[in-house]
Amino acid sequence: MQEELIKRAVELMEDGTVNRVLGWQKGQFVYDITPAVFTSADELKENFVYNDFCGDNLSKYLKDETEKEGKVLVFLKPCDTYSFNQLLTEYKIHRENVYAIGIECYGKADVELLRRKGIDGILDVKNENGTLKIATIYGDEEVPMMEAMAERCVNCKSKKHVAYDELIGEDGEVLDSNRFDMVEKLEQMSAQERFDFWQGELSRCIRCNACRNVCPACTCEKCVFDNPDSGLYNKAAADSFEEKMFHIIRAYHVAGRCTDCGECSRVCPEHIPLHLLNRKFIKDYNELYGSFMAGAEVGQVSPMVDFTMDNDAEPSIVQKGGAE
Amino acid sequence: MSVKENTEFQPTIVAFCCNWCSYSGADLAGTNRLSYPTNVKIIRVPCSCRINPMFVLRAFQRGADGVILCGCHPGDCHYMEGNYHTRRRMTLLFSMLNYLGIESARTRVEWVSAAEGQRFVDVMDDFTAKITELGPNRRLEDLRCKKN
Repeated sequence: MQEELIKRAVELMEDGTVNRVLGWQKGQFVYDITPAVFTSADELKENFVYNDFCGDNLSKYLKDETEKEGKVLVFLKPCDTYSFNQLLTEYKIHRENVYAIGIECYGKADVELLRRKGIDGILDVKNENGTLKIATIYGDEEVPMMEAMAERCVNCKSKKHVAYDELIGEDGEVLDSNRFDMVEKLEQMSAQERFDFWQGELSRCIRCNACRNVCPACTCEKCVFDNPDSGLYNKAAADSFEEKMFHIIRAYHVAGRCTDCGECSRVCPEHIPLHLLNRKFIKDYNELYGSFMAGAEVGQVSPMVDFTMDNDAEPSIVQKGGAE
Repeated sequence: MSVKENTEFQPTIVAFCCNWCSYSGADLAGTNRLSYPTNVKIIRVPCSCRINPMFVLRAFQRGADGVILCGCHPGDCHYMEGNYHTRRRMTLLFSMLNYLGIESARTRVEWVSAAEGQRFVDVMDDFTAKITELGPNRRLEDLRCKKN
């Protein structure tokens, strides 16, 4: 797959369709991959990588990249294409400056899951027919890919590319995933249990703002969290209230625009399941206002602002003050 | 002489009232000599959709025990559709607060028109009674904002 992508990228660069490539760059280890812009064939051959750890959603970087001169080539996994569409809907990227190649994806691995199995000192990881062959400084290990797959990929919402200029590999279908199971489980707990659960999760937050920075829906030029007067200025939370405030507001600001790509949880250095907050909003408006998938089509109107004046049912939740 | 202190819990309730309906409704209650609980602190806003979810959270942070939003009845908004926005926003916000384990009865949206002085009183009486029952807000407070 990697060779194929490099070959196609070099071709497109040589025939002048694009002048740079947005892709994934090798890191120090096999699993720490960073998004990067490649401007020459040599760079591509040397540093471009596509493997089981290329989870990064590249659509957000298009916001800045498409402001520049010439076309940029971007590789989009199925879930990234939803973010891509959502950004187009919000007029955040210039479509004419992008050449999007959709690439197939069978789920990405999460190195944290390997570490939790006690696998450390990883030197190399190879995927052979659904089994990860891991070379570590302590010897070789084998782990089935399913066991190392990130939560968002296990509960993959769609293998279908909703936007692309060209496709490498096969296009899939929108899946019936069980992504709301955990949300439901939490909803069934008592208020005290939920409170304790979130207290435990959110109190680990170090306010690094990585979840905001990586989120393809968080594209405001000026963010409320960067405003010193907001009281939520970039700083470690002083108490439990501030943690909750930050996370409620962060999830709230992307409600109706979140495509559930799961990047927030992937980048969280404290492994807080932030996607559960976003999924709660998605689940709520799906139930109350009809099924809606942000980014499924360009030009969709978010359920947050889409209502008819005469026929907007009154959810009992506002009058009773929340569902019990 | 010792002053007898009232040790009974007195909740602090913040009521955001829209300028066109609910604030006038509260005004009408006043001119009609109807009394509503003194725990309710009214904040006038131009429209119920002016209320940023952060205002609600802030109110809790600064020591409110309950927050109630009052606006015009759906269809009567001075700005045509402001209260529809409020409804969608607050539905999600309240649901999220509930999800995080914050007692859902501490927040509420009510529609009170300028002619409903009595309704304003009833709503506030009811809400204050509920909050008094629930007791002080512990789950969304900022300890630094407490006096003691």
